[in-house]
Amino acid sequence: MGLLNKLDDPYEGGGIVLGKVEDLLNWGRSKSDWYLHFGLACCAIEFMAMNASHFDFMRFGTIPRTSPRQADFIMVTGTVTFKMADRIKVLYEQMAEPKYVISVGSCSNCGGPYWEHGYHVLKGVDRIIPVDVYIPGCPPRPEAFEEGMMLLQSKISKQAIFNKRKKLEAEL
Amino acid sequence: MSDKKRLDLEYSQIESDKMRINVGPQHPSTHGVLRLEVEVDGEIVTEVIPHLGYLHRSFEKHCEKMTYPQVMPYIDRLDYISAMNNEWPYVMALEKLMDIKVPEKVDYIRVILAELNRIANHQIAVATFGLDAGAFTPFLFFFRDREYILWILEKMSGARLLYNYFRVGGLAADVYPGFKEDCLNIVKQVRKTNAEVMDLLIYNSIFIKRSANVGILRPDVAINFACSGPVLRGSGVKYDLRKDEPYSIYDRFDFDIPVGKGEVGVVGDCWDRNMVRVQEMEQSCRIIEQAIAQMPMEGDVSALVPKRIKPPKGEVYMRAENPKGDLGFYIVSNGTDKPERLKARGASFVNLSVIPEISKGYMFADLILILGSIDIVLGEVDR
Repeated sequence: MGLLNKLDDPYEGGGIVLGKVEDLLNWGRSKSDWYLHFGLACCAIEFMAMNASHFDFMRFGTIPRTSPRQADFIMVTGTVTFKMADRIKVLYEQMAEPKYVISVGSCSNCGGPYWEHGYHVLKGVDRIIPVDVYIPGCPPRPEAFEEGMMLLQSKISKQAIFNKRKKLEAEL
Repeated sequence: MSDKKRLDLEYSQIESDKMRINVGPQHPSTHGVLRLEVEVDGEIVTEVIPHLGYLHRSFEKHCEKMTYPQVMPYIDRLDYISAMNNEWPYVMALEKLMDIKVPEKVDYIRVILAELNRIANHQIAVATFGLDAGAFTPFLFFFRDREYILWILEKMSGARLLYNYFRVGGLAADVYPGFKEDCLNIVKQVRKTNAEVMDLLIYNSIFIKRSANVGILRPDVAINFACSGPVLRGSGVKYDLRKDEPYSIYDRFDFDIPVGKGEVGVVGDCWDRNMVRVQEMEQSCRIIEQAIAQMPMEGDVSALVPKRIKPPKGEVYMRAENPKGDLGFYIVSNGTDKPERLKARGASFVNLSVIPEISKGYMFADLILILGSIDIVLGEVDR
């Protein structure tokens, strides 16, 4: 957003920002996302490494929440089985709007190695909940998590807040 | 004797309603997608029923449909924290079936990588156990070191977590220059961190109060439930396949089997199981040091790898000491390049079965600690 850069504006006195309220809200929202960590399988171990010393996921302003009602986005890390799919849907529906989904790893993107013969594996979490960012890899490297998080932040920072319906209609 | 923390309440005498609580499958402390149906009387656990299958990924079905080398990645994904150790019994089983004698250098590299992965696994186990007890700092310490181990494994195999590196009759790639120095540095670092964690976590009086005398697993119960690995050794039973049934070249190394002694509580409590893991890291360091000193540098690691793996008709069972316990593979071959049946005996599954037995009568918060001390991986439980 570069909001602070605008403070050097040549308006009298400085320190005045001219901008849209939408931008300000989006700037705040994109920099403090709390997430519901849905650790399912191998990717969750990489995500633990991501949370620990070397990579420090919290510098993106993210805080893990254990309750979906406090979460802004949900991180589906791992293989989604049919038995688990109901739970993911229920927890997703419990989250308050606006809500986002990051799908981590080949398994939750499309079934991954269990695509062909996995009779108990959901072939992609996007079959039950809408996904905003896909992170590929089996499992993805922590650097890929960073990239995915930055993608989500850039998506949030461009969101429409006011006159949403009007803008959507114009797009269609 | 014994269960000091088990409360001496006669449940039948107190008029109270029992309540059923659902822990999991989405719960930060269940180490995956385990669901526990817990019946509590106030704060005291009276019954635990584990529900499995939330990560059932059709392992055996895949084994029937894939050729032998294609099965390897699925074996990595059983116990995804220690993938190198998982691959080993599988390739050993096929080598036994096909009568292949691997070169000495391959054996040494396998030992070193498996022990490195064992350290990485125990670091996660102890770190998350600390996390369950409320200690966050050891988690950061261990994950810092684990990252260095993963760097070595990544340099060897190309992947950070799931390696697909072992081959029947050899390995995918040779060691890189500077491998030995890297390993010795890791050993130094692991020892340094373990010494720190001893003060920070293991002998911390809060941690001792929390984990000693909790979840006592008696040796006879452990044996009856066919527990293995640190869970069995934590109960004071000296049983380790690397010593008792030495496979590969483990008979050449000098190392001890740490067992639970009940230093701060009763033999077989959560603290003992955790302590066994910390001590095993030190033993793994010793094995790595000896293996590096003895390891020959000449020879091709993939010379004996067959182009097409087609074992003769027959069946074979091979097991090895995984960080979590015995991992065994039973392969039935029908003479084609696909296994007729491949059954995995996962240690986590068997160790998990002991939870309903040992968690009755403790507080609800202790149940989470007991679960953490068993160190399960749901990929291996559900398969």
